[in-house]
Amino acid sequence: MDFVAARDLATVLDAKAEHPESELLAGGTDLMVEVNLAYHRPAGVISIRRCAELLEWTDRRIGAAVTWASLEQGPHRALAQLARTIGSPQIRAAGTLGGNVATASPAGDGLPWIAAMNGAIEVASRDRGVRLVPWDEFFVGVKETTLTADEVITAIVVPDDAPVMQEFAKVGVRNAMVIATVSCVVARGDDGFRVALGSVAPTPIRVSGAEDLLNEASTIDDTVLAEFAEMVSAEVRPITDHRSTEAYRRHASGVLARRLVERCLAA
Amino acid sequence: MIVSFAINGENRSATVAGWESLLTVLRDDLGLAGSKNACEQGECGSCSVIIDGENVCSCLVMVGDLEGTSITTVEGVAVGDDLHPIQEAILEEGGVQCGFCTPGFVVSAAHLFENNPSPDEATIREAFSGNICRCTGYGALLRAFHKLSEDDS
Repeated sequence: MDFVAARDLATVLDAKAEHPESELLAGGTDLMVEVNLAYHRPAGVISIRRCAELLEWTDRRIGAAVTWASLEQGPHRALAQLARTIGSPQIRAAGTLGGNVATASPAGDGLPWIAAMNGAIEVASRDRGVRLVPWDEFFVGVKETTLTADEVITAIVVPDDAPVMQEFAKVGVRNAMVIATVSCVVARGDDGFRVALGSVAPTPIRVSGAEDLLNEASTIDDTVLAEFAEMVSAEVRPITDHRSTEAYRRHASGVLARRLVERCLAA
Repeated sequence: MIVSFAINGENRSATVAGWESLLTVLRDDLGLAGSKNACEQGECGSCSVIIDGENVCSCLVMVGDLEGTSITTVEGVAVGDDLHPIQEAILEEGGVQCGFCTPGFVVSAAHLFENNPSPDEATIREAFSGNICRCTGYGALLRAFHKLSEDDS
Protein backbone atom coordinates (compact mmCIF):
# COMPACT_ATOMS: atom_id res chain seq x y z
CA MET A 1 0.00 0.00 0.00
CA ASP A 2 1.27 3.43 -0.93
CA PHE A 3 -1.39 6.07 -0.53
CA VAL A 4 -5.14 5.98 0.03
CA ALA A 5 -6.97 9.28 -0.46
CA ALA A 6 -10.18 8.38 1.36
CA ARG A 7 -13.47 10.12 0.61
CA ASP A 8 -15.55 8.19 3.17
CA LEU A 9 -15.03 6.66 6.61
CA ALA A 10 -15.56 3.06 5.49
CA THR A 11 -12.54 3.39 3.19
CA VAL A 12 -10.45 4.78 6.05
CA LEU A 13 -11.44 2.01 8.48
CA ASP A 14 -10.92 -0.74 5.89
CA ALA A 15 -7.47 0.55 5.01
CA LYS A 16 -6.45 0.92 8.66
CA ALA A 17 -7.73 -2.59 9.50
CA GLU A 18 -5.82 -4.13 6.61
CA HIS A 19 -2.71 -1.98 7.04
CA PRO A 20 -2.42 -1.09 10.74
CA GLU A 21 1.19 -0.01 10.11
CA SER A 22 0.01 2.77 7.80
CA GLU A 23 -0.24 6.36 9.01
CA LEU A 24 -3.13 8.76 8.88
CA LEU A 25 -2.69 12.09 7.17
CA ALA A 26 -4.89 15.07 7.91
CA GLY A 27 -3.29 18.51 7.50
CA GLY A 28 0.25 17.14 7.33
CA THR A 29 1.60 19.84 9.62
CA ASP A 30 3.16 17.23 11.92
CA LEU A 31 3.64 14.19 9.68
CA MET A 32 5.33 16.08 6.84
CA VAL A 33 7.84 17.65 9.22
CA GLU A 34 8.88 14.10 10.12
CA VAL A 35 9.13 13.22 6.43
CA ASN A 36 11.09 16.36 5.53
CA LEU A 37 13.42 16.71 8.48
CA ALA A 38 13.68 13.26 10.06
CA TYR A 39 13.73 11.29 6.79
CA HIS A 40 10.66 9.41 7.95
CA ARG A 41 9.23 7.15 5.23
CA PRO A 42 5.67 6.06 6.05
CA ALA A 43 4.89 2.39 5.36
CA GLY A 44 1.61 3.63 3.91
CA VAL A 45 -0.55 6.72 4.15
CA ILE A 46 -4.31 7.05 4.53
CA SER A 47 -5.40 10.61 3.89
CA ILE A 48 -8.53 11.64 5.78
CA ARG A 49 -8.40 15.22 4.58
CA ARG A 50 -11.40 14.88 2.31
CA CYS A 51 -13.23 12.16 4.21
CA ALA A 52 -16.83 13.40 4.29
CA GLU A 53 -17.83 12.06 7.74
CA LEU A 54 -14.70 13.45 9.42
CA LEU A 55 -15.39 16.94 8.07
CA GLU A 56 -18.81 17.14 9.72
CA TRP A 57 -19.23 19.10 12.91
CA THR A 58 -21.76 20.41 15.37
CA ASP A 59 -21.24 22.24 18.67
CA ARG A 60 -21.21 18.85 20.45
CA ARG A 61 -19.17 16.75 18.02
CA ILE A 62 -16.22 18.01 16.02
CA GLY A 63 -15.08 15.78 13.16
CA ALA A 64 -11.40 14.87 13.28
CA ALA A 65 -10.55 16.50 9.94
CA VAL A 66 -12.06 19.92 10.67
CA THR A 67 -9.33 22.54 10.20
CA TRP A 68 -8.29 25.29 12.60
CA ALA A 69 -9.42 27.80 9.99
CA SER A 70 -12.97 26.43 10.28
CA LEU A 71 -12.82 26.25 14.08
CA GLU A 72 -11.87 29.95 14.22
CA GLN A 73 -15.48 30.57 13.16
CA GLY A 74 -17.00 28.04 15.57
CA PRO A 75 -19.38 28.49 18.51
CA HIS A 76 -16.98 27.58 21.33
CA ARG A 77 -15.31 30.79 22.43
CA ALA A 78 -12.03 29.40 23.76
CA LEU A 79 -11.70 26.94 20.89
CA ALA A 80 -12.14 29.78 18.39
CA GLN A 81 -9.63 31.88 20.31
CA LEU A 82 -7.00 29.16 20.41
CA ALA A 83 -7.57 28.15 16.78
CA ARG A 84 -6.74 31.73 15.75
CA THR A 85 -3.41 31.59 17.64
CA ILE A 86 -2.18 28.44 15.93
CA GLY A 87 0.73 28.75 13.50
CA SER A 88 -0.10 31.02 10.59
CA PRO A 89 -2.93 31.26 8.06
CA GLN A 90 -1.16 28.59 6.00
CA ILE A 91 -0.96 26.23 8.98
CA ARG A 92 -4.55 26.90 10.05
CA ALA A 93 -5.81 26.13 6.55
CA ALA A 94 -4.22 22.68 6.84
CA GLY A 95 -3.96 21.60 10.49
CA THR A 96 -6.83 19.95 12.37
CA LEU A 97 -8.04 19.41 15.93
CA GLY A 98 -8.02 15.66 15.29
CA GLY A 99 -4.37 15.83 14.27
CA ASN A 100 -3.57 17.81 17.41
CA VAL A 101 -5.18 15.01 19.44
CA ALA A 102 -3.38 12.28 17.49
CA THR A 103 0.04 13.89 17.89
CA ALA A 104 -0.67 14.45 21.60
CA SER A 105 2.18 16.88 22.05
CA PRO A 106 2.30 18.38 25.55
CA ALA A 107 2.10 21.73 23.72
CA GLY A 108 -0.96 20.86 21.62
CA ASP A 109 -3.03 24.03 21.86
CA GLY A 110 -6.37 22.28 21.43
CA LEU A 111 -5.83 19.81 24.24
CA PRO A 112 -6.41 22.00 27.34
CA TRP A 113 -9.72 23.02 25.79
CA ILE A 114 -10.80 19.39 25.51
CA ALA A 115 -9.74 18.87 29.14
CA ALA A 116 -11.68 21.92 30.32
CA MET A 117 -14.81 20.74 28.50
CA ASN A 118 -14.51 17.22 30.01
CA GLY A 119 -14.40 16.15 26.38
CA ALA A 120 -13.90 12.69 24.99
CA ILE A 121 -12.16 11.30 21.94
CA GLU A 122 -14.34 9.21 19.63
CA VAL A 123 -12.32 6.46 17.97
CA ALA A 124 -13.41 3.76 15.54
CA SER A 125 -12.07 0.56 14.08
CA ARG A 126 -13.64 -1.63 11.41
CA ASP A 127 -13.57 -4.78 13.53
CA ARG A 128 -14.22 -3.41 17.01
CA GLY A 129 -16.60 -0.57 16.40
CA VAL A 130 -16.72 2.83 18.04
CA ARG A 131 -15.54 3.75 21.53
CA LEU A 132 -15.63 7.03 23.38
CA VAL A 133 -12.48 7.62 25.45
CA PRO A 134 -12.52 10.31 28.18
CA TRP A 135 -9.71 12.79 27.56
CA ASP A 136 -7.78 11.79 30.69
CA GLU A 137 -7.79 8.15 29.61
CA PHE A 138 -6.71 9.04 26.08
CA PHE A 139 -3.63 11.19 26.75
CA VAL A 140 -1.21 9.15 28.82
CA GLY A 141 2.25 10.63 28.16
CA VAL A 142 4.37 12.80 25.90
CA LYS A 143 2.98 12.04 22.41
CA GLU A 144 1.48 8.88 23.89
CA THR A 145 -2.18 7.93 23.67
CA THR A 146 -4.29 4.82 24.18
CA LEU A 147 -5.26 4.72 20.50
CA THR A 148 -4.54 1.28 19.04
CA ALA A 149 -3.02 0.51 15.63
CA ASP A 150 -6.27 -0.36 13.88
CA GLU A 151 -8.16 2.62 15.29
CA VAL A 152 -8.88 6.02 13.80
CA ILE A 153 -9.80 9.20 15.67
CA THR A 154 -13.18 10.18 14.26
CA ALA A 155 -14.29 13.09 16.44
CA ILE A 156 -13.88 15.15 19.58
CA VAL A 157 -17.07 14.95 21.61
CA VAL A 158 -18.16 17.65 24.04
CA PRO A 159 -20.73 16.89 26.78
CA ASP A 160 -24.03 18.77 26.90
CA ASP A 161 -22.97 20.63 30.07
CA ALA A 162 -19.96 22.25 28.35
CA PRO A 163 -19.74 25.80 29.75
CA VAL A 164 -20.57 28.64 27.41
CA MET A 165 -18.25 30.89 29.40
CA GLN A 166 -14.70 29.91 28.41
CA GLU A 167 -11.45 31.77 27.85
CA PHE A 168 -8.07 30.82 26.35
CA ALA A 169 -4.63 32.37 26.58
CA LYS A 170 -1.11 31.24 25.85
CA VAL A 171 2.41 32.56 26.28
CA GLY A 172 5.10 32.28 23.63
CA VAL A 173 7.94 34.27 22.15
CA ARG A 174 5.85 35.82 19.39
CA ASN A 175 2.23 35.90 18.25
CA ALA A 176 2.41 33.73 15.15
CA MET A 177 4.20 30.46 14.47
CA VAL A 178 4.93 29.78 18.09
CA ILE A 179 4.80 26.64 20.16
CA ALA A 180 3.20 27.53 23.48
CA THR A 181 5.40 27.96 26.53
CA VAL A 182 2.23 27.70 28.61
CA SER A 183 -1.37 27.54 27.43
CA CYS A 184 -4.48 27.77 29.59
CA VAL A 185 -8.24 27.38 29.29
CA VAL A 186 -10.60 28.49 32.05
CA ALA A 187 -14.29 27.65 31.76
CA ARG A 188 -17.11 28.49 34.15
CA GLY A 189 -20.15 26.23 34.17
CA ASP A 190 -22.89 25.18 36.60
CA ASP A 191 -20.31 23.09 38.44
CA GLY A 192 -18.00 26.10 38.90
CA PHE A 193 -14.62 26.91 37.44
CA ARG A 194 -12.59 24.45 35.42
CA VAL A 195 -8.93 25.21 34.83
CA ALA A 196 -6.83 23.29 32.29
CA LEU A 197 -3.27 23.91 31.14
CA GLY A 198 -0.95 22.75 28.37
CA SER A 199 2.85 22.63 27.97
CA VAL A 200 3.29 22.19 31.73
CA ALA A 201 3.09 18.38 32.05
CA PRO A 202 3.46 15.33 29.79
CA THR A 203 -0.27 15.61 28.98
CA PRO A 204 -2.87 18.37 29.23
CA ILE A 205 -3.88 18.68 32.88
CA ARG A 206 -6.60 20.04 35.11
CA VAL A 207 -5.49 21.71 38.34
CA SER A 208 -8.18 20.28 40.60
CA GLY A 209 -6.79 21.62 43.87
CA ALA A 210 -6.84 25.16 42.55
CA GLU A 211 -10.30 24.60 41.04
CA ASP A 212 -11.60 23.43 44.42
CA LEU A 213 -10.19 26.50 46.13
CA LEU A 214 -12.16 28.78 43.80
CA ASN A 215 -15.31 26.71 43.85
CA GLU A 216 -15.40 26.44 47.64
CA ALA A 217 -14.66 30.11 48.29
CA SER A 218 -17.68 32.10 49.50
CA THR A 219 -16.47 35.16 47.62
CA ILE A 220 -13.61 35.42 45.14
CA ASP A 221 -11.53 38.43 46.16
CA ASP A 222 -7.91 39.41 45.56
CA THR A 223 -6.69 37.23 48.43
CA VAL A 224 -8.43 34.15 47.05
CA LEU A 225 -7.19 34.91 43.52
CA ALA A 226 -3.61 35.28 44.75
CA GLU A 227 -3.83 31.98 46.61
CA PHE A 228 -5.42 30.39 43.52
CA ALA A 229 -2.55 31.55 41.30
CA GLU A 230 -0.03 30.13 43.76
CA MET A 231 -1.84 26.81 43.84
CA VAL A 232 -1.88 26.64 40.03
CA SER A 233 1.87 27.33 39.97
CA ALA A 234 2.43 24.59 42.54
CA GLU A 235 0.14 22.04 40.90
CA VAL A 236 1.56 22.12 37.35
CA ARG A 237 4.47 19.83 36.54
CA PRO A 238 6.60 21.66 33.96
CA ILE A 239 10.15 20.94 32.89
CA THR A 240 13.02 23.13 31.77
CA ASP A 241 13.77 22.71 28.08
CA HIS A 242 14.95 24.72 25.06
CA ARG A 243 11.75 26.78 25.09
CA SER A 244 11.60 27.85 28.71
CA THR A 245 12.36 27.03 32.31
CA GLU A 246 10.36 25.20 34.92
CA ALA A 247 10.31 28.33 37.10
CA TYR A 248 8.97 30.58 34.33
CA ARG A 249 6.33 28.05 33.30
CA ARG A 250 5.11 27.76 36.91
CA HIS A 251 4.93 31.53 37.21
CA ALA A 252 3.19 32.00 33.86
CA SER A 253 0.69 29.23 34.66
CA GLY A 254 -0.51 31.09 37.76
CA VAL A 255 -0.63 34.43 35.96
CA LEU A 256 -2.57 33.11 32.96
CA ALA A 257 -5.04 31.09 35.03
CA ARG A 258 -5.78 34.04 37.30
CA ARG A 259 -6.17 36.41 34.35
CA LEU A 260 -8.68 34.09 32.68
CA VAL A 261 -10.65 33.60 35.91
CA GLU A 262 -10.85 37.39 36.19
CA ARG A 263 -12.10 37.61 32.61
CA CYS A 264 -14.83 35.08 33.43
CA LEU A 265 -15.77 37.04 36.56
CA ALA A 266 -16.00 40.26 34.56
CA ALA A 267 -18.09 38.69 31.79
CA MET B 1 1.59 6.31 -8.16
CA ILE B 2 0.52 8.79 -10.83
CA VAL B 3 -1.15 11.99 -9.67
CA SER B 4 -2.91 14.41 -12.00
CA PHE B 5 -3.85 17.99 -11.17
CA ALA B 6 -4.13 21.42 -12.71
CA ILE B 7 -1.19 23.74 -12.07
CA ASN B 8 -1.63 27.34 -13.10
CA GLY B 9 -4.46 26.25 -15.36
CA GLU B 10 -2.49 23.51 -17.10
CA ASN B 11 -3.21 19.80 -16.60
CA ARG B 12 -0.11 18.02 -15.35
CA SER B 13 0.70 14.51 -14.14
CA ALA B 14 3.62 13.23 -12.12
CA THR B 15 4.83 9.80 -11.13
CA VAL B 16 5.52 10.10 -7.44
CA ALA B 17 5.75 8.34 -4.12
CA GLY B 18 2.58 9.40 -2.35
CA TRP B 19 4.42 10.70 0.71
CA GLU B 20 6.59 13.15 -1.26
CA SER B 21 5.94 16.81 -0.65
CA LEU B 22 4.28 18.91 -3.32
CA LEU B 23 7.23 21.28 -3.00
CA THR B 24 9.70 18.56 -4.00
CA VAL B 25 7.56 17.50 -6.94
CA LEU B 26 7.08 21.09 -8.13
CA ARG B 27 10.79 21.82 -8.03
CA ASP B 28 12.34 18.50 -9.02
CA ASP B 29 9.77 16.89 -11.32
CA LEU B 30 7.67 19.66 -12.82
CA GLY B 31 10.29 22.33 -13.44
CA LEU B 32 8.54 24.89 -11.25
CA ALA B 33 11.33 26.20 -9.04
CA GLY B 34 9.63 29.44 -8.04
CA SER B 35 8.35 27.97 -4.77
CA LYS B 36 11.38 28.03 -2.48
CA ASN B 37 12.61 25.29 -0.20
CA ALA B 38 13.82 26.80 3.05
CA CYS B 39 12.58 25.47 6.38
CA GLU B 40 10.62 22.39 5.25
CA GLN B 41 8.46 22.61 8.35
CA GLY B 42 5.83 25.18 7.51
CA GLU B 43 7.50 27.98 9.47
CA CYS B 44 8.71 30.32 6.76
CA GLY B 45 6.05 30.43 4.04
CA SER B 46 8.52 30.64 1.15
CA CYS B 47 6.86 27.60 -0.48
CA SER B 48 3.29 28.96 -0.22
CA VAL B 49 0.91 27.81 -2.95
CA ILE B 50 -2.87 28.04 -3.36
CA ILE B 51 -4.65 24.68 -3.53
CA ASP B 52 -8.39 24.79 -4.28
CA GLY B 53 -8.53 28.30 -2.87
CA GLU B 54 -6.51 27.66 0.31
CA ASN B 55 -3.08 29.20 0.89
CA VAL B 56 -0.85 26.43 2.28
CA CYS B 57 2.81 25.53 2.64
CA SER B 58 3.58 23.12 -0.21
CA CYS B 59 6.34 21.51 1.89
CA LEU B 60 3.62 20.15 4.21
CA VAL B 61 1.36 18.80 1.46
CA MET B 62 1.69 15.15 0.51
CA VAL B 63 1.44 14.94 -3.23
CA GLY B 64 -0.53 11.69 -3.09
CA ASP B 65 -3.44 13.72 -1.74
CA LEU B 66 -3.71 16.06 -4.72
CA GLU B 67 -5.56 14.08 -7.40
CA GLY B 68 -7.98 16.39 -9.17
CA THR B 69 -6.98 19.55 -7.34
CA SER B 70 -6.29 22.97 -8.79
CA ILE B 71 -3.00 24.57 -7.76
CA THR B 72 -1.66 28.08 -8.23
CA THR B 73 2.07 28.59 -7.73
CA VAL B 74 4.01 31.84 -7.93
CA GLU B 75 4.60 31.12 -11.62
CA GLY B 76 0.85 31.44 -12.15
CA VAL B 77 0.39 34.85 -10.56
CA ALA B 78 1.70 36.95 -13.47
CA VAL B 79 -0.15 36.75 -16.77
CA GLY B 80 2.45 35.89 -19.39
CA ASP B 81 5.06 38.63 -19.28
CA ASP B 82 2.72 41.04 -17.53
CA LEU B 83 3.45 41.26 -13.86
CA HIS B 84 0.53 41.10 -11.45
CA PRO B 85 -0.20 44.43 -9.68
CA ILE B 86 1.08 42.79 -6.49
CA GLN B 87 4.43 42.15 -8.12
CA GLU B 88 4.54 45.71 -9.53
CA ALA B 89 3.79 47.16 -6.10
CA ILE B 90 6.52 45.08 -4.43
CA LEU B 91 9.00 46.22 -7.09
CA GLU B 92 8.01 49.88 -6.76
CA GLU B 93 8.39 49.83 -3.00
CA GLY B 94 11.70 47.98 -3.07
CA GLY B 95 10.18 44.98 -1.30
CA VAL B 96 12.80 42.56 -2.57
CA GLN B 97 16.20 42.17 -0.93
CA CYS B 98 17.71 38.69 -1.24
CA GLY B 99 14.47 37.57 -2.90
CA PHE B 100 14.16 34.16 -1.31
CA CYS B 101 10.92 34.93 0.53
CA THR B 102 9.43 36.90 -2.35
CA PRO B 103 7.54 34.05 -4.08
CA GLY B 104 5.82 33.18 -0.80
CA PHE B 105 4.86 36.79 -0.13
CA VAL B 106 3.52 37.12 -3.69
CA VAL B 107 1.36 34.01 -3.31
CA SER B 108 0.09 35.04 0.13
CA ALA B 109 -0.70 38.50 -1.26
CA ALA B 110 -2.53 36.99 -4.24
CA HIS B 111 -4.59 34.91 -1.81
CA LEU B 112 -5.28 37.85 0.49
CA PHE B 113 -6.37 40.31 -2.19
CA GLU B 114 -8.41 37.67 -4.00
CA ASN B 115 -10.48 37.24 -0.84
CA ASN B 116 -10.36 40.81 0.47
CA PRO B 117 -9.51 43.73 -1.85
CA SER B 118 -9.44 46.25 1.00
CA PRO B 119 -7.62 44.71 3.97
CA ASP B 120 -6.78 47.00 6.89
CA GLU B 121 -3.45 47.11 8.71
CA ALA B 122 -4.25 44.32 11.18
CA THR B 123 -5.64 42.06 8.46
CA ILE B 124 -2.54 42.58 6.31
CA ARG B 125 -0.19 41.80 9.18
CA GLU B 126 -2.07 38.66 10.14
CA ALA B 127 -2.25 37.49 6.51
CA PHE B 128 1.55 37.56 6.30
CA SER B 129 2.26 36.15 9.75
CA GLY B 130 3.29 32.88 8.11
CA ASN B 131 5.78 34.47 5.72
CA ILE B 132 9.22 35.23 7.06
CA CYS B 133 11.66 37.65 5.40
CA ARG B 134 15.11 36.85 6.70
CA CYS B 135 16.35 40.23 5.46
CA THR B 136 13.62 41.74 7.69
CA GLY B 137 12.39 43.85 4.79
CA TYR B 138 8.85 43.96 6.11
CA GLY B 139 8.46 47.73 5.98
CA ALA B 140 8.69 47.92 2.22
CA LEU B 141 6.45 44.87 1.78
CA LEU B 142 3.81 46.36 4.08
CA ARG B 143 3.94 49.64 2.13
CA ALA B 144 3.37 47.69 -1.07
CA PHE B 145 0.35 45.89 0.36
CA HIS B 146 -1.11 49.10 1.76
CA LYS B 147 -0.78 50.68 -1.65
CA LEU B 148 -2.75 47.79 -3.14
CA SER B 149 -5.46 47.87 -0.51
CA GLU B 150 -8.57 49.80 -1.44
CA ASP B 151 -8.98 50.57 2.25
CA ASP B 152 -8.10 54.27 2.59
CA SER B 153 -7.92 54.37 6.37
